[in-house]
Amino acid sequence: MKKTQKAEVIPGSVGEGLAQRGVTRREFLKYCSSLAALLALPPSMASAMAEAISKARRQSVIWLSFQECTGCTESITRSHSPTLENLIFDLISLDYHHTLQAASGEAAEQARMQAMKDNDGKYLVIVDGSIPLGNPGYSCIAGISNHDMLVETAKGAAAIVAVGTCAAFGGLPMADPNPTGAVSVGDIIKDKPIINVPGCPPIPVVMTGVLAHFLTFGGLPEMDALGRPKSFYGDTIHDRCYRRPFYDQGKFAQSFDDEAARNGWCLFKLGCKGPVTYNACATTKWNDGTSFPIQSGHGCIGCSEPDFWDAGSFYKALSMPVSATSSMLAGAAAVGAAAGVAITWHNRSTKAAAKAAHEKVTVQDLTREVK
Amino acid sequence: MNHLDLLTFARGSALNWALMIFAAGVVLRLFEIFGLSRKPDLARPRSDSPGSGWRTMLSRSIPPQGMLKRDPVTYIGGYVFHLGLLLAIFFFAPHIEFFRSMTGLHWPNLPTALVDASVVAAIAALGVLLAHRLNNKVKRMLSGSGDYLAWAVTLLPLLTGYMAYHHLLFEYALMLSLHIFSVELLLVLLPFTKLFHTFSVFVSRWYNGDFFGRKGVAS
Repeated sequence: MKKTQKAEVIPGSVGEGLAQRGVTRREFLKYCSSLAALLALPPSMASAMAEAISKARRQSVIWLSFQECTGCTESITRSHSPTLENLIFDLISLDYHHTLQAASGEAAEQARMQAMKDNDGKYLVIVDGSIPLGNPGYSCIAGISNHDMLVETAKGAAAIVAVGTCAAFGGLPMADPNPTGAVSVGDIIKDKPIINVPGCPPIPVVMTGVLAHFLTFGGLPEMDALGRPKSFYGDTIHDRCYRRPFYDQGKFAQSFDDEAARNGWCLFKLGCKGPVTYNACATTKWNDGTSFPIQSGHGCIGCSEPDFWDAGSFYKALSMPVSATSSMLAGAAAVGAAAGVAITWHNRSTKAAAKAAHEKVTVQDLTREVK
Repeated sequence: MNHLDLLTFARGSALNWALMIFAAGVVLRLFEIFGLSRKPDLARPRSDSPGSGWRTMLSRSIPPQGMLKRDPVTYIGGYVFHLGLLLAIFFFAPHIEFFRSMTGLHWPNLPTALVDASVVAAIAALGVLLAHRLNNKVKRMLSGSGDYLAWAVTLLPLLTGYMAYHHLLFEYALMLSLHIFSVELLLVLLPFTKLFHTFSVFVSRWYNGDFFGRKGVAS
């Protein structure tokens, strides 16, 4: 009889946690295969990932929430069990999270300090929300300003994950006129590796994928110029959109409920920002792969891009001016007309002056040149 | 400044200023040209020349007999370029959206692939016309810096638009910004360079046609 090889279970490891929850090795391998695919890694990496993750100690994570709407937390937790997103909580030890932890006040802060002490130099900090620099009182936790808490917590971190557009790029709080003086994590922390996972909110599997990558390889994935993992933010929504062929054919919906919109024609004219937005919505989709905004009939608003709130109306096509109006043009034309009248008047008076200064020459005025 | 900020600037303040300079410049030049006027005609012409101005507006768009054979590059190149440019500006769906937002007017668009082909044709025609201008002694002698400037600022929007659509050289948001900036450069320069023929060409053709068709003495 053939002996089945059993995976070694290390006490205190992720593998042990998974075994306790009844997650089979087969299920875990499937999970790692899909993660490897999402991270654009070769299929052979799946077993290596499974090996690395199951042997790893549960990663200590401190989640800091600043000027945010809790949408990012909603995104990562509002998924149907059992999913990849739930499974990821078996991989990490979420030592501090305002919304999810039971403790509050001093006890909660104590948990953060303890986690920082026990895992100095190894813990991961996840931040959602921007940090106000205008006045510490705009947002503080247990009497500690967001700025001070971030700087203090980041000191001993192995890396920081800025989750959501607010943490990554300032987001809504930083939108003009930025009343709180909001900045992103990267504007404050300069000496730690930071990975930006923007989106309003980000796709859950993008967050978990980044965490899994960190656990497997002990480092950050390849990133673009804005610090986003290339495996998820490498393509624009437009280039991966199932409505893209209609753009190429010049077939566009003119309103949200017309025949063209129902037939799945391109939403460019309705203000879709897919062409300038890098995210994985069109491929990984939302709600367990059900759909994404464009599939539901609304254009992309560009939520994973910096300053998307200030990039003009969500309902203006990219080729439309942000603020130019026809009255502005009429005003300019009036100025041009006034200048034209002035120039015409000047030209005519020059002509008239030349005419007035003209002296008629008669034959009497001519003198014969004597040789 | 990230690429989206740059694009917002290109679509925002930069475009506002370019459009205002363009509108003011065009109206100013038209006033200037029409304000020149002519002296009152005191001599009655021998016969009227009805329609000669209007006829010339059309006839000057068609090569005179034998000229197409003598200089096919100039004529065919000119047609291809102007037609390609016209299709690209007025029949590309995103451009129609621009006109709609400014004027409220809109019309059906062409398939993107067709517009793409017309842009390629226009760019190729511009290249051929430049080569012809440089190789032809007479044309070269007649050409000044203004001609080359007009050529360059016309090429840039076509080239950057093509590159943005095909994701060449830079990523889309940056290339789209460059495309819009190049259009803004064109808008700012148009009223004050030879490119003003966009507005004056048919006026001057009418004027010439009417003047040449006149049989009489103009003072």
